[in-house]
Amino acid sequence: MAPVDRPLHVHIVEKNFAAVGQRAELPVLRNIDLSIERGSFVSITGPSGCGKSTLLNIIAGLDKDFTGAVDSGESELRLSYMFQTPRLLPWRTVEENIRLVLPDGESSDERVRELIERVGLSDAATAYPERLSVGMQRRAALARAFVVEPDLLLMDEPFVSLDDPTAEALRQLLIELWSRRPTTVLFVTHDRFEAVMLGTRLIRVDGRPATVVQNTPINLTVAQRRDRETVLAERRRVFQET
Amino acid sequence: MVFDTEGTKNGRMGRGIAGGVLTGRLGWTLGSFLALLVVWWVAAELLNSRVFPGPLTVAATIVSEAASGELGYHVGITLARVAVSFFIAMLVGSAIGIALGRARRADQFFDTWLIFFLNLPALVTIILCYVWFGLTEVAAILAVVLNKIPNVAVTVREGARSLSRDLEEMAQIYQFGWWKTLRHVTLPQLAPFFAAAARSGLALVWKIVLVVELLGRSNGVGHQLNIAFQMFDVSMILAYAIAFIVVVQIIETGVLQPIEARVNQWRR
Repeated sequence: MAPVDRPLHVHIVEKNFAAVGQRAELPVLRNIDLSIERGSFVSITGPSGCGKSTLLNIIAGLDKDFTGAVDSGESELRLSYMFQTPRLLPWRTVEENIRLVLPDGESSDERVRELIERVGLSDAATAYPERLSVGMQRRAALARAFVVEPDLLLMDEPFVSLDDPTAEALRQLLIELWSRRPTTVLFVTHDRFEAVMLGTRLIRVDGRPATVVQNTPINLTVAQRRDRETVLAERRRVFQET
Repeated sequence: MVFDTEGTKNGRMGRGIAGGVLTGRLGWTLGSFLALLVVWWVAAELLNSRVFPGPLTVAATIVSEAASGELGYHVGITLARVAVSFFIAMLVGSAIGIALGRARRADQFFDTWLIFFLNLPALVTIILCYVWFGLTEVAAILAVVLNKIPNVAVTVREGARSLSRDLEEMAQIYQFGWWKTLRHVTLPQLAPFFAAAARSGLALVWKIVLVVELLGRSNGVGHQLNIAFQMFDVSMILAYAIAFIVVVQIIETGVLQPIEARVNQWRR
């Protein structure tokens, strides 16, 4: 596929949640206008419940009920989405889950095996997801997201509710996978440290209805991201913490 | 990279316990079966009536019917009718159930129809089919199928209503297409509902097939029962009933249960 440098363009005039029963229509997002460079890793933060997941769903094309437009910048976009929960098929093994997302006729056994190995699931490849720990299920979901070699990878708090060491290991794994094969990533999180450690750009949404309140580059090299103090210093700069 | 210590616990599920339970259960089944035979035998001896034969008389009838080939022929015919109507009813009923479970408008509209057909007595469907289409094989099968479809549809509809939106979105993101979605996402979720429909369905279908045969066919177990009824040959009636129970039980344990176990192997 020839590299295309047109950015991903997201323009949301307004997005409301439909009225349910007694409750009136609820405005969620307003006046969001984003241009996202190819190959950038964008961390999106904001208070919980402010509409970050809705934003991702709109970009993913799962939610079409809004006014505005999303232009992927490519005629045929390969998309991956890592949801808050792993969303693996419980009746298929780890390996089958990863293989299944490949388009028909593109059965790259080698790539599947290599990714399973890289996320450390070689011993569990033939296991059913529900027999694995949540951490391992998320690693399987991560492998699944990367196996299709996406042009755009959406991640919705994929490491939430994991214990610290597990989440940290998964972050390192994500950095490694991403630096091997850079792709555009939109990473939603409410964890400021995580946002700075992973992202090349920070977008903060806030308000009710929510809109973009900050859009800043994060200046860290891959090596610097492994150092906690450097990340903390950058976090203070980006978030203007005192 | 190892940070989960519970990694490879899959596979070693408690096999030893399962084995013990199995022999224990088999013992109980065998014991209760023998007790039933003894009760039957004692009652028959006490009553000493031509219309209540004991187990030995019935066993003799089974042997002689089997030897003449009659038993095999009629049981075979009935089984064939059961199989054909069962598969047609499962297929059509499942399709209707999935459609109604997915489309709320259609569900609201056809719900009344379903309730009507659910409560329509089997005998009425059978009589009407014979009246409208004559005493033919097609009418017989159709009557059974029409009786069974609403049950399957209602059970599968329940499953289709509870399909996971999460997995559907996942399939949409990774561009599964309709066939891949059906095969890997939708049908596995419906499997328990198919199993429930198949189980209750088989029990229902073979009973209705007997009635259909009794009313309008010249072969099959139902037809044999009719003849035995006219001659007050209770031994014959019991012989065919027992033969059929055995066949149905073999299908249940030999075919349905293994399929169910295979389909459920991913569960923890």
